[in-house]
Amino acid sequence: MGIWTTYRLRLARKRWRLRAFVKRRELSPVVTRAANIRAGDLILVSTVRNEKVRLPYFLRYYRDLGVNHFLFVDNGSDDGTRDYLAQQADVSVWTTKHSYKRSRFGIDWVNWLLMRYGHGHWVVVVDPDEFLVYPFCDTRPLRALTDWLDASSIKSFSAMMLDMYPKGPIAQHPYHEGQDPLEIANWFDSGNYTMTKNPVYGNLWIQGGPRARKFFADNPERAPALNKIPLVKWQRDYVFVSSTHMLLPRGLNQVYDEWGGEKASGCLLHAKFLDTFAVKAQEEMARQQHFANSHEYRAYQEGMASSPDMWCKWSEKYINWRQLEILGLMSKGNWA
Amino acid sequence: MSVGFVMLCHTALDRAAQVARHWAERGCPVVIHVDKRVKRRHYERMQRDLAEVADIRFSERFACEWGTWGLVAATQAASMLILREFPAVRHVFLASGSCLPLRPVGELISYLDERPRTDFIESVTTEDVGWTVGGLNIERFTLRFPFSWRRQRRAFDTYVRLQRRLGVRRRVPKGIVPHLGSQWWCLTRQTLSAILESPDREAHDRYFRRVWIPDESYFQTLVRQVSTNVESRSLTLSKFDFQGKPHIFYDDHLQLLRKSDCFVARKIWPQADRLYQHFLSADLGSQALAEPNPGKIDRLFAKAVERRTKGRAGLYMQSRFPKANWENGMSAAPYSVFEGFAELFESFDIWLGKVAGTRVHGHLFAPDRAQFAGGETVYNGALSDSAGLRDYNPRSFLVSLIWNTRGERQCFQFGPEDNQKISPFLARDPNAQISVISGAWAVPLFRANANFSDIRREAARLQKIETEHLEVLRAATTKAKVRVWTLAEFVENPMEPLQTIIDEISPRSLRRLTEAPRMADLTGFGQFLQNLRNQGMQPVLMGDFPAGDDPRPQPTRRGRPYLVK
Repeated sequence: MGIWTTYRLRLARKRWRLRAFVKRRELSPVVTRAANIRAGDLILVSTVRNEKVRLPYFLRYYRDLGVNHFLFVDNGSDDGTRDYLAQQADVSVWTTKHSYKRSRFGIDWVNWLLMRYGHGHWVVVVDPDEFLVYPFCDTRPLRALTDWLDASSIKSFSAMMLDMYPKGPIAQHPYHEGQDPLEIANWFDSGNYTMTKNPVYGNLWIQGGPRARKFFADNPERAPALNKIPLVKWQRDYVFVSSTHMLLPRGLNQVYDEWGGEKASGCLLHAKFLDTFAVKAQEEMARQQHFANSHEYRAYQEGMASSPDMWCKWSEKYINWRQLEILGLMSKGNWA
Repeated sequence: MSVGFVMLCHTALDRAAQVARHWAERGCPVVIHVDKRVKRRHYERMQRDLAEVADIRFSERFACEWGTWGLVAATQAASMLILREFPAVRHVFLASGSCLPLRPVGELISYLDERPRTDFIESVTTEDVGWTVGGLNIERFTLRFPFSWRRQRRAFDTYVRLQRRLGVRRRVPKGIVPHLGSQWWCLTRQTLSAILESPDREAHDRYFRRVWIPDESYFQTLVRQVSTNVESRSLTLSKFDFQGKPHIFYDDHLQLLRKSDCFVARKIWPQADRLYQHFLSADLGSQALAEPNPGKIDRLFAKAVERRTKGRAGLYMQSRFPKANWENGMSAAPYSVFEGFAELFESFDIWLGKVAGTRVHGHLFAPDRAQFAGGETVYNGALSDSAGLRDYNPRSFLVSLIWNTRGERQCFQFGPEDNQKISPFLARDPNAQISVISGAWAVPLFRANANFSDIRREAARLQKIETEHLEVLRAATTKAKVRVWTLAEFVENPMEPLQTIIDEISPRSLRRLTEAPRMADLTGFGQFLQNLRNQGMQPVLMGDFPAGDDPRPQPTRRGRPYLVK
């Protein structure tokens, strides 16, 4: 990696930071309780749009893991999401009606909030349908993990996105507010992932899973990326480049070992495929606010119309993180 | 009052105070050293918390940066204090603020009472040490280390390299034989005072002040001069990972720690409430006087280190993506690739599945779809049969299949009509057993109902592809187990090669092959090849089939027996 690339990436990082700084004006605060954030607190950042139904369980899940403060960007919800969040004692909310797409799918807003509030904290950046599991998450709080990462001088933690789906057509099991979505969407694909290394940013590019299998068989390069780095010890000069798939400086993307060993990693259980999905897909298609001209949602819509069941006889039923460890989807690394 | 504790603390002072109080209230005096870099108000709060406990003292504070002399200075000061203040103390136990007693103090006291003259300190000569990280053993004693390893890593490394190149050496003082060991020890009053009151202490201190990580060598070395009874092990259970950083214990280690029968463990995560609550509760113990037995914990952590350094063979995932030649197993298990067999034999896959008891796929890399065994459209791990997904990353496809089916050997067919992008991987993988009947692709052409000019064109194409494939297999870098027969050779005597392959796939089935697969009828094949030649194509991969002289394969002929009864 030459000096030229290093310099170019440095410029890119500065550009993304500047962009986030400019985009801060699109956010108007609803409730900010960020003054309550204390040194060493765990912070979660998320962008939401009409997620009122999912939020109660989402908040409970991450509070139980030990997240101390939540920062939300509400992108023009009209279902009461904003008011619900504003009532929570450990939540700060900003709202915006500006284009999701033109803030690079929310990541500019997230970068700004992190720049402003994240410095020196471990931050979790997830969507409301993503649930972080990590080694020993059933017995050790998130703080145990971040303390260990600190002691090991590790600054970022990988958690691959694992698409969860129900057995049978997704409209068959209605989801109600406060319910654990993994009770419904509790199946996943255990071993059909492809990965390549991104030579510029150094991150792995992982694709596959049920979405590739069902919707992108003819067009595999368009299948969504599943590699994610949602847990970072944030410094104000860091920046997310493309969703949480990759960061700059590039050393933060080195979450995998190249000399045969396994680093510690987790999974983001992605409970997107609930009965709320069909409505969402239609809405998002109409909004045209998603990645690559909403190609993904178009593929879903077509796929969902013809064969609505993502389950197959080789699907695995989710039990716990140890199962994912054994299947080789995540690793304890040298954390024991 | 036979044992006293020296505690070195730098974080989580509330936990350290809790443990100190536990010991002091059970009759063991404690001297606490708090790192000078800890904020004054934290230190004073700790002092206030412990003010009402009688047998606790605080010693003079030193700044204790890891790897530097400060830790030894702190230990010396605290040890002198405990020896002076508590004359009844016979053993001094060095502990840290993140240590936790696992057995009642009474058991430790009676254990030491039975061994009143024994010094428990791990002390190993530098030649025999296997655990130092970073390659500095004897060089800890012979080089100079003016730079901080934590803060000035580059300067540290450069200066070490420079000294090595220049051959600069410090002289080890007379009478000192460098020893290393865990810094957590338990020494008798006699030994400890002999070290601390030695007339040479000035000289020793001056020398060790510049040694790298002196807390792992100062007492460990000097104890050899004064003690008559060194038991070279630590009473503190402390495990280190591959970077030399201590493993941390959490609530879920409770049972493991209980069964270890060790006296003290470090390091404990400060928020491991259940551990502190359990092991510091009053009604613990009533176990027999067992020897410490950390075997199970050793294994747990040894496995963690192995996972971090070597990983699981054949696994490619988000946090393990080895570079070429660092895979430590390119695939998870051995597998077999058959080229030309399905063309030469009828229902070869069914026959093979029966005799070898394995999973036999068709052409996994066929142009239209992956032909999984049993015609499945989705296979283990929800692997799709779509050619598009497979060809997007053939290597991921194959390693996923082998990983997903661990425990069951996979066999599949391959040939020149298939996607060739996988062949360099197959050739490099030591787990691949590749058996090739070269030129067998001509058999289906021979039996095809097609215009001869089309057949000729197709034959030329396939021959070109297979020639290139064979070149890949014959390259010097090939690690796979490759066997190549020409079609002519194979037809001559099919049983012996088949037997060899089957023996390799299932070495424990000692049965001889009794039933051969049925070979395609090759009457007129020689003439067919001659016709190709007459049309200007040169079929070479099949070997020598004279026109008109049709082979007479005897499928039921038994090969040479291995064993004569």
